[in-house]
Amino acid sequence: MGQFLIAVLAALVGVTGVLGGMSPAMANHEIVIGMQCDRTGPTQIVGTVICPGSHDYFSLVNSKGGVEGHKLKVLEIDHEYKVPPAVESYERHKKEGAVSMWVYGTPQIYALAAKLTEDRIPGTSPGFGSAAAADGTRYPYIFPIAATYWSQGTAAVKFVKDQLGGNLKGKKIAFIFYDNPAGREPIEVLEDLAKTEGFTLKMFAVPPPGVEMGAQVLDIAQRFRADYVIGHLFGGAPAVSIKEFKRVGYPLNKFVSFVWGAGEANIEAAGGFGAAEGYYTMHFAGVGQDYPVLDEIKEMYKKQGKPAPKEMASTVYYNRGVLIAALHVEAIRNAVKAKPDGKITGVDVKNGFEKISNFTLGGLVPPLKVTPTDHEGGGLVQIWQVKGGKFVKVTDWYSAYPEVVAKHIKAAASK
Amino acid sequence: MIQRECGVLKTSYEADMALYPLPIARWTVGILGVVFFLLIPLGLHEYYLSVCNLVWIAVIGALGLNILVGYTGQVSIGHGAFMSVGAYTAANLATRLDSPWPVNLLAGGLMAAAVGAVVGIPSLRIKGLYLAIATLAGQLIIEWTINHVTFISGGVQASIEVPRPRLGSMVLDTQRDMYYFLLVFVVLAIVGTMNLVRSRVGRAFIAIRDQDIAAEIIGIDIFRYKLLAFAISSFYAGVTGVLYTYFLGIANYEQFQIGVSIDYLAMIIIGGLGSVLGSIFGAIFVTLLPIVIRLSMEAFGGLFFAQQTVLNLIPNLRLMLFGALIVIFLILEPDGLNRLWRNIRNYFRIWPFAY
Repeated sequence: MGQFLIAVLAALVGVTGVLGGMSPAMANHEIVIGMQCDRTGPTQIVGTVICPGSHDYFSLVNSKGGVEGHKLKVLEIDHEYKVPPAVESYERHKKEGAVSMWVYGTPQIYALAAKLTEDRIPGTSPGFGSAAAADGTRYPYIFPIAATYWSQGTAAVKFVKDQLGGNLKGKKIAFIFYDNPAGREPIEVLEDLAKTEGFTLKMFAVPPPGVEMGAQVLDIAQRFRADYVIGHLFGGAPAVSIKEFKRVGYPLNKFVSFVWGAGEANIEAAGGFGAAEGYYTMHFAGVGQDYPVLDEIKEMYKKQGKPAPKEMASTVYYNRGVLIAALHVEAIRNAVKAKPDGKITGVDVKNGFEKISNFTLGGLVPPLKVTPTDHEGGGLVQIWQVKGGKFVKVTDWYSAYPEVVAKHIKAAASK
Repeated sequence: MIQRECGVLKTSYEADMALYPLPIARWTVGILGVVFFLLIPLGLHEYYLSVCNLVWIAVIGALGLNILVGYTGQVSIGHGAFMSVGAYTAANLATRLDSPWPVNLLAGGLMAAAVGAVVGIPSLRIKGLYLAIATLAGQLIIEWTINHVTFISGGVQASIEVPRPRLGSMVLDTQRDMYYFLLVFVVLAIVGTMNLVRSRVGRAFIAIRDQDIAAEIIGIDIFRYKLLAFAISSFYAGVTGVLYTYFLGIANYEQFQIGVSIDYLAMIIIGGLGSVLGSIFGAIFVTLLPIVIRLSMEAFGGLFFAQQTVLNLIPNLRLMLFGALIVIFLILEPDGLNRLWRNIRNYFRIWPFAY
């Protein structure tokens, strides 16, 4: 009898627990974002920082009630910078109903380009991927939303021009790059500018995995005697390049690096901020902790009783993660404003991306203007220099030679 | 006794040479056919079919590599490069000449076979580890060539988009269409390999693997058969590359780097060298294991860790688990999954007797 009573009581508790656990009719439609990352592969130096940055921004938005009341659900899968896991994770996210894809990696965006267009889901490829994808009419569902390698190339040449007194005629510029398609992408733009501006451009390819460049650096410093060096390296290569240039005595303040050689982690790997004094770096997101959105994220963590995540100290890549997440949220916000019931599809988010303008998040995000024909948003970058143990801002947001970039985009589209 | 092996009498040479003479084998093949041709594609969601498609592509590649490494004993780390040769040949033909996919497939396979035969020439002088390094050199040279010769790579990006394959008026653009498309080639590859190893050529390969000097003495033309092994294996690799290109819609050289070659070697080693079933098991294992680990970690990891820690933990643990499982499997059964299956099968073959 006693046992029977206990059984009945347990059943009752169970039933009420279940009933109580069930919430009343689902509050608002959840919006799913599919995210890919490389936390264990060759670019983990970036992946382990940039992805937490995005996650933190998404959590911040959710903690404030979501996008116009709709919570965000972010699914992340690590693909080790390989293509088959990336394709499989894309299919998985599609199955879960993702309306926006945060793609990571140049080969991955290439592999998914056709599928994204077929399935009509927008995918972002900020700071990497195909520069020709800035053409919104040819690639309607690929959004670089940050300076592509072509824009970075023109911006670098403009910076070098300003540094060398406003005139590049007769000067010698060396372009040291990682020998793979992503590394070789800016070459055609740089060669074009070499012809019009009159400087001598010489290419120095660094074979993968990018840890052996002693011969190239020696050549640049002592045989070619470059007036300036533009660097396009990623992974572990930027740190090696800084050390090599120091070793041959080439002044680091004549070296400007593209966006992926520019993080605190790269500087630390090169021996710290003291060792890299004078190094110029290019960024497509703000650097440092001096932005209100970062304070908000710290507040959010404090409310949960946890300290700010250690990834935040690596501000270069962390802020880029925040930027990418913020642009996704903006696009979704634009989409939801057009469809208030929240049942948005990939097409709505694509239209949302194409409406982004004047969204600066306190200076962290450049004043991009994404349009249906220009998915890059203007190709804006900032230059920061390693000085006195930290990053110091050298220029504000700028872009250069937009007509040259447009010419190459048009040429690529006609192929 | 689950099945009867005695009393199966054959009265013609064709019946004697059949691939599956026993009734139980025929039943099994029939049931598997129904499962793979009807139940799976019609029953599963597109995501699971996309995973199956990845497995099918890996199966064809693993079969090719097993012909070379398992049956002929020539160690090769160049498989990824041969896949890329096939892929880029097909992609170039498709974009420059607008040729239909059967032509591209055949051309990709034959081109890869030709390149494979050339890369295989060192095998006539060196064996084992030395040959592995020579094929590694072949892999890197082919990679570099595709990367730098814009005629082949189609530009700086080294990516060529291919249009979807068409079957008459039907365009194959869903995962289900792609599933059937790939399944046909997988069946052809499996039947082809099984017949190859039973034939004269296959026996020559096995003889070369076991003792190539003795093979040469009894009259097998080592020169011809070693190059033939490389050519046939590279043909399979080329076909794999072409199918992979059609599956993704794009040929990109970063998909065929040395990591892929090592992956395929892992597949046949875990599956079992020198067996068709081993290649299939190995391909399934290596392709599905990371996905299964990730799915189970996502399901259970949330119980123990915070969300962010789980995200960071999953990929790292997955890599460690993957390596650990491979080591464990090879310790349990060094001859691979095929031997494990054979042990189970032999046990049930004479059950309930012990021997």
